[in-house]
Amino acid sequence: MNDPHVSSAATLKPGKRAIGARLRRDWPFLAMTAPAALLLLVFHYLPTLGNVIAFQDYNPFEGRNAFEAFMKSEWIGIENFQVLFADGAFWDAVINTLSITAFQLVFFFPLPILLAILLHGLVSARLRALIQGIVYLPHFFSWVLVVTFFVQMLGGAGLLAQEFHRHGLTPWNIMSNPHTFIMLVTAEAVWKDVGWASIIFLAALSTIDPTLYEAAAADGAGRWRRLWHVTLPGLRPVIVLLLILRIGDALNVGFEQYLLQRDAVGRQAAEVLDTFVYYDAIVPQQWGVGAAAGLFKAIVGLLLIVSANKAAHRLGEQGVYSKT
Amino acid sequence: MSALSDPHEERRRTTRPVWEEKPGMLLSLGKGATLTLVVLAVLFPMWSIVVTSLASRETINRVGGMVVVPREFDISAYVTMLSGGQVTRALGVSLFVTLVGTCLSLVLTVLTAYGLSRPSSLGHRPLLFFFLLTFLVYPGLVPSYLVVSGLGFKDSLWALIVPSAINVFNLVVVRSFFMSIPGELFDSARIDGASEWRVLTSIVLPLSKAVVAVVGLFYAVGYWNAYFNSVLFIDDNDKWPIQRVLQSYILAGQSPHVAGVAVNIPGITTYPPTLAIKMAVVVVTVLPALVIYPFVQRNFTKGVIVGAVKG
Repeated sequence: MNDPHVSSAATLKPGKRAIGARLRRDWPFLAMTAPAALLLLVFHYLPTLGNVIAFQDYNPFEGRNAFEAFMKSEWIGIENFQVLFADGAFWDAVINTLSITAFQLVFFFPLPILLAILLHGLVSARLRALIQGIVYLPHFFSWVLVVTFFVQMLGGAGLLAQEFHRHGLTPWNIMSNPHTFIMLVTAEAVWKDVGWASIIFLAALSTIDPTLYEAAAADGAGRWRRLWHVTLPGLRPVIVLLLILRIGDALNVGFEQYLLQRDAVGRQAAEVLDTFVYYDAIVPQQWGVGAAAGLFKAIVGLLLIVSANKAAHRLGEQGVYSKT
Repeated sequence: MSALSDPHEERRRTTRPVWEEKPGMLLSLGKGATLTLVVLAVLFPMWSIVVTSLASRETINRVGGMVVVPREFDISAYVTMLSGGQVTRALGVSLFVTLVGTCLSLVLTVLTAYGLSRPSSLGHRPLLFFFLLTFLVYPGLVPSYLVVSGLGFKDSLWALIVPSAINVFNLVVVRSFFMSIPGELFDSARIDGASEWRVLTSIVLPLSKAVVAVVGLFYAVGYWNAYFNSVLFIDDNDKWPIQRVLQSYILAGQSPHVAGVAVNIPGITTYPPTLAIKMAVVVVTVLPALVIYPFVQRNFTKGVIVGAVKG
């Protein structure tokens, strides 16, 4: 700020002087923003740029630190991508990830909407607040806890298996069955987040003008027709918004949930893209290939969200961001 | 939408409107059954885990595992768990990370949100873009790992705090709340000669207790629940947070002896059952969320989150 060049303000152009004056006025705002901006620069944007090691034969032992190693590592073009795309395990992970996303779009996505409609229909505000308080709670549990809860209830030594044993039946272990794994992870996700996800729909429901319902009722629309012609259209923008976000996030199904259960179920069912990167790049230190997989995921994710948003615009919806 | 008022609160119905028909018997029954089922699905596992953690060896042996009907109140599992050893240490680690991390995150978030709350300030648009771009462009696992470990954070508790110290979603929530505060309040203070720092601490923050509480809860829960960053960065199991110990002890099935989980046997006769100790570890891992949650939960409905989502 004590730049000697700025002192001769008279010789500067008016625009620059304005900047000097604005800087004198606004520096507290800049100073307040600086620490967080620096953190993002180091821990978000620097690694984002670091993705270029996807085009390198990155070897951390080339230099004394990561940066020196980066400078000295050999550039090998798209070889890492060739290795990655030739790897069957990578495509298995991609297919698993997309299947789980598709499955959850059908069996998870509508549930918070239904729960919100049920809660909104409760006449007693106190009962509604109580139920909300209870169903939001699991959102604040870690994945380690959620998986533990499921193991203790439904696992091989859990409560359900106990009951089976007591009645002389053979229990089956839901927690380690690869064929039903997709249902298990969806059930876990629903248990953890169905309440929390209903908040946004509840908020949207509360903004629907009550006179619309009244008018519909006066015109003879029954309960279900009001649901179809008033409630659902009122929720439409929020549903479309969340659908776009979910599709843009198609390659992200959550990470810890799968990491925690991969050993019990086996990789053929539980390997998703993120666990693939962890087990096939970070653990064996295949940095270049891992970065290539990360870059693939980021670019596909970006393309997905942009095209989903475009589709929403075309359908006349607002979408996540507008075209400004 | 103003974050200070709650439209939901005003329009809250306590009686059925006259035009609405009474629901049929079957429909009411179906609704009631569904909601009861949802509530039970959340509460029942928690109940069973707490009851098992307080059960005696005889009860656990008799039912063959998880206990549902409480017969006694045996706290020996908790005594054993907290009498030193890995669980006690891990609780200390998690408490440290959560307290220090939440304070750091809140300070950073409030400062940044205020710094970004005046659209007329110098460089506002590019700065805001710099923060919001993180939603679209993100680093992969590998480069993030290389940067954090390259900066020498390996096996340091700061690896669990600093890289995740600022969450842009929380930042947006706080910022949109700040922007909903009427500008006249700031202007009068500035005319009276208050510095921006003074405006923030004396005017903005006292008005923002609800949003700071909610965002503080989000940060605290995030730090307490974090598991994977300790897998990446913490090899020394003396520095493991509680989630990591819970995972190795219960999910990976390491015996407490191997994992070094507190087995201070005060006397052979009072040695608590392993399952009870396990469930006691689960209970203390859930506990912080359960304790803070009711105090903050009221604020969810105050339009704090919703305002940000819409705004």
